Amino acid sequence: MFEFCAEPKTLEGLAWLSCYLTTPKHMEFYFSFLTVLSLLAVAAPAALAFGFGGAMAARSHHAPVRWFGNIYTAMVRGVPDIVFFLFFVIALDQGIEWLTHQIRCPDWTQPIRQGLEFRVCPAAKVPPNNASHFAHQVYAFALAVLTFAIVFGAFAANVLKGAMDAVPRAQIETAEAYGMTQGQAFRRILVPQMWTYALPGLSNLWLILIKATPLLFLLGIQDIVYWARELGASKSARFDYPHPDWRLWYFLGLLIFYLLLTRLSEIVLARLSRRFSHGQATRAGEKMRRAAA
Amino acid sequence: MKKLLLATAFAALGTGAALADPVRIATEGAYEPYNFIDDKGELAGFEIVLGNELCKRAELECVWVKNDWDSIIPNLQSGNYDAIMAGMSITPERREKIAFSENYTQPSPSAYAALSPDTPTDSGVIAAQVGTIQAAHVAASGAQLLEFATPDETIAAVRNGQAVAVMADKDYLLSVVGDGLDIVGEDVLLGEGIGIGLRQSDTELKGKFDAAIQSMKADGTLNALITEWFQEEGIPF
Repeated sequence: MFEFCAEPKTLEGLAWLSCYLTTPKHMEFYFSFLTVLSLLAVAAPAALAFGFGGAMAARSHHAPVRWFGNIYTAMVRGVPDIVFFLFFVIALDQGIEWLTHQIRCPDWTQPIRQGLEFRVCPAAKVPPNNASHFAHQVYAFALAVLTFAIVFGAFAANVLKGAMDAVPRAQIETAEAYGMTQGQAFRRILVPQMWTYALPGLSNLWLILIKATPLLFLLGIQDIVYWARELGASKSARFDYPHPDWRLWYFLGLLIFYLLLTRLSEIVLARLSRRFSHGQATRAGEKMRRAAA
Repeated sequence: MKKLLLATAFAALGTGAALADPVRIATEGAYEPYNFIDDKGELAGFEIVLGNELCKRAELECVWVKNDWDSIIPNLQSGNYDAIMAGMSITPERREKIAFSENYTQPSPSAYAALSPDTPTDSGVIAAQVGTIQAAHVAASGAQLLEFATPDETIAAVRNGQAVAVMADKDYLLSVVGDGLDIVGEDVLLGEGIGIGLRQSDTELKGKFDAAIQSMKADGTLNALITEWFQEEGIPF
């Protein structure tokens, strides 16, 4: 990074530290913070969408749709996260490859399962074997987002279903009395009012999601925990910057990062909560009305 | 007409070359000096240099993939990469799941390391990396086995007193001893050497790697590499 870093073994003190903290390896560590933040940025709306779909399905008037919604939430919520992340991702990956295999290689005669091995034709590999490293990383990241969305979507579905059921029946009845259709009443009356009931549950989920990001490493993505462990491990004289076991310092850094992130979320969530309570017939809404009056 | 035929032949050759997929080789990147991540954030080590040379000799295009040790065999079977070069010793248990190329290191001596020189190695709590031949040896030796996901954690466990000793490849231990930690007891010879892990159905790839390893053994380049990376601790062929 800096010019004086050419001979790391001769450096001392601050100069050594400034060179050490700017090695390309540390740059990958800093970049992994972006990976985690972008995972959160993509996975949270995706999980909310899955949750919304699941909640609507679970409240549907059509029995098969309702069963689907209930089975989804019951199954995913019942399986431990770590099992889900280990098993589901390999199964999903193999499922995708099995499908592309059926489409692209209909004449393939060898069995796909050979004992312990899973072999599809080369054209069915996702991503293809000759794809760039970047493509493999993007694919792994997309699988991770999908897995996070499915797992957290199931929890969100239950929270949203509870919130939808909590909106007073009288509100919907009034909407119907004004001649709104079911869809209109759902969009205009139910959904805007349910957020105040959903927010506490959703904010719990968000904080759990933040803390669950180290599971990324199980999915083959080098996240901040992986790099903290790798960089903090003691380094022998073979390396340019030998040092003893410094994992404590790296993990302290992660602790601060996670605390800042959760604190920031709490501030934003508190604001959202005030906004959603406005004009609601709830304790918080009533308090705001009195304060204004 | 002739030109046209020639052109199609060339085109066919061209696509043939483009379709020759690179061989993806997985490694752990946490087992100095076999494979580790250097200060540039890139893979380095004995196996990386060796693997690149083997691919050159076998006329293969190779790509390195970093993978966690725990899932390194399932991902090979699932076809996410084609070979493993991660300091993996050839053992009968592993042979049941995957195939191995010819060994590219001699059966390497494993050793114990502890903080005090008179630590017994057949009793007490001994740390080893999960799923290694050393872990199997400790479990059979009568000592209590304490397993960790990475080699580094096994060393840390001895330093902070969770275990009285650690068992690992001697080459690895020699790179981390110091600061009170030292080799104790006799060396133990385990396994049949380290080889490239391959799918059992990939006999063609195994043939190519075997031939390349044999040629490196024959002209002495493998021994030169072993001396370069392991100094006097390396056992030449």
